[in-house]
Amino acid sequence: MSAQADAIGFTRDRNLVGIALFIGSESLFFLAVVIAFVVFREQGLATAKAQLDVGRTALFSLLLFASSGTMGLAAARRSRLWLGLTALLGAAFLAGQGLEYARLLGAGLRPGSELFGTTFFTLTGLHAVHVLVGLVLLATLFAASSARPRRVGQTAWEGIAMYWHFVDAVWVVVFSVVYIGTVLG
Amino acid sequence: MTATALVRRPGAFATAGVLRTVDHKDIGIMYVLLGIAFLAIGGLEALLLRVQLATPGEQVLDPSTYDQLFTMHGITMIFLVAIPMLIGFANYVVPLQIGAEDVAFPRLNALSFWLTLFGGVLLYLSFVAGGAPDAGWFAYAPLTEPAHAVGTGMDWYIFGLAVSGAGSIIGAINLAVTILLMRCPGMVMGRAPMFTWMVLITSILIIGAYPMLTSALVMLLVDRQLGGRFFDPAGGGNATLWQHLFWSFGHPEVYIVVLPAFGMISEIVPVFSGKPLFGYRFVAASGIAIGFLSFGVWAHHMFAVGLGDAENAFFSGTSMLIAVPTGVKIFNWLATMWRGRIRLAMPMVFAIGFIATFVIGGLTGVSLAVVPIDLYTTDSYYVVGHLHYVLFGGTMMAVFAGLYYWFPKVTGRLLGHGLGLVHFWFTLIGLTLAFLPMHLLGIEGMPRRVWTYPPGMGWDWPNLVSTIGSFLIAAGAIALAANVWRSLRAGERAGDDPWDAFTLEWSTPSPPPSQNFDTIPRVRGPRPLWDRKNPDRMDPQ
Repeated sequence: MSAQADAIGFTRDRNLVGIALFIGSESLFFLAVVIAFVVFREQGLATAKAQLDVGRTALFSLLLFASSGTMGLAAARRSRLWLGLTALLGAAFLAGQGLEYARLLGAGLRPGSELFGTTFFTLTGLHAVHVLVGLVLLATLFAASSARPRRVGQTAWEGIAMYWHFVDAVWVVVFSVVYIGTVLG
Repeated sequence: MTATALVRRPGAFATAGVLRTVDHKDIGIMYVLLGIAFLAIGGLEALLLRVQLATPGEQVLDPSTYDQLFTMHGITMIFLVAIPMLIGFANYVVPLQIGAEDVAFPRLNALSFWLTLFGGVLLYLSFVAGGAPDAGWFAYAPLTEPAHAVGTGMDWYIFGLAVSGAGSIIGAINLAVTILLMRCPGMVMGRAPMFTWMVLITSILIIGAYPMLTSALVMLLVDRQLGGRFFDPAGGGNATLWQHLFWSFGHPEVYIVVLPAFGMISEIVPVFSGKPLFGYRFVAASGIAIGFLSFGVWAHHMFAVGLGDAENAFFSGTSMLIAVPTGVKIFNWLATMWRGRIRLAMPMVFAIGFIATFVIGGLTGVSLAVVPIDLYTTDSYYVVGHLHYVLFGGTMMAVFAGLYYWFPKVTGRLLGHGLGLVHFWFTLIGLTLAFLPMHLLGIEGMPRRVWTYPPGMGWDWPNLVSTIGSFLIAAGAIALAANVWRSLRAGERAGDDPWDAFTLEWSTPSPPPSQNFDTIPRVRGPRPLWDRKNPDRMDPQ
């Protein structure tokens, strides 16, 4: 412990290395689901073209991408203001996902209604769960740094930021494969 | 009995008790005891299966029970015996070997253990909640789809494996960070003990392979509970996708359960040959090579699917390639023994047994990498024989070697040599009788997983011999239990360093104090304890 305490830096911080390994593991988890989506892409393309709202989802995606920037600022400055803004952007993205889900469910698309429903809801749903977990982490960090700011270490900020960037990066892939892929045919 | 005796040992569970302890040594012991408990259960399942198969037309079990038992036997031995045993040894030994006071995340370590246990409990609850999973441990689609697996068994399979898998991932992250960041001063990776090296590689394999299984399980859950169609060909899905996802986890898993075994053998053979490990760098590098290659061989489980000649040729090639670094290790161990002063204490006896039996499993593995041979023997008892030579003749023999080797460190007492030899010979003869005839059965055409078979197929005597062998293995296990029982009560005191060993875990008392070392060790070579004991003959730096 003491040997590492004075050597600050990413590769010596056990929490950040642990989170990096966890994120590596999570990446492979998503890789498998993305592969499954791509395997069945052709069969679902007609439904995807007819049903997905690419424009509106793109707008909500911009909010999530922007939240990586605000999270970076929050971690660098230990700023609860930027942290709160990050959470708001993340929540807005989830709300957008909710609207998209409500519309698709209203149109009769279900995980069990056809293959596209299976792959679409599984992939985007697993991502949404990760965003939700991220929001819980952001809220916890917000509460902890409000109550006892000195006891919240820099690694807590940086570790949660790493996770949030990861969730964002996954959406770059998912949005590209699911939505942009549909537009391009 | 073993549990209570170990719990009462001085130092163990001293600060917190079983439920709240976060000490890596306590958690390590708990993992190994968990593995032993499930070994007894999985072993009894195996004996039941062998009784059913002993003679043609047997009716001891009904077909449905038989299917549940062979499925649970496989799942239990891989996820609830091999993995907990090896993670348990790693938990106990690695921080001691690298001169650390604990693992990087002690509380997460406890969480890993409890998740593994909870996953096992979920799996076994299936028996009383509508039937255990019965589609084999690799659970091929579409047998697992709701139309074909009507009970809840497969749902218990999904939750049990996902939960215990989460425990394994967290445990692996913990061990990897511990090895990467918590080595004592002077212990660069090039001086780390080989068991520590292999645990690091295994941890990275777990981190990379287990999420593929979790993904596949989530997709199966969507299919079963939300009417999804991932693996349902009738709904446009693809049953082969399950095989790809499962084996992209499942083949690295084979190396996950064998690399730590290689690590144990690489500790034991040098100590009992009185020589440093021959070709340290090659043993470490071949482990890394095996780790990389293990992600590129999965479709050799799928030659019979009909992926195409190019795919089959590729995976056949990588599968043969992975035998090269494995062979490198075998030759390194043999070269370490060559002209050594060999002491045939129990750890070494099991290590030599391991080398002999593992080579047989490795060679039949190479034969299965040849596509035409695989097409002829796939899903036959030849495969069952092969995998048992690797997992029992390999992993379990090494676990036994490790048990005799580190038991004195954990308990302060040596295991008896006489009962140890009884255990060894029953195990070696038992496994040979149990698993060698299976190759013959496979070549003679007996499919795996059949409930029974008619007389006159030429399958009678090999099956009977195999059943006799399985009971000899069980008799050996009883000898081991008696040995442990006797040693805990009145075993010979071990002292700090009973084997005249080389690595740091032997430099601290047996059992070690809760902080492991009174002063943080400093090391200057790959055999720190040798250097300390032989200041005039230290290893070259």
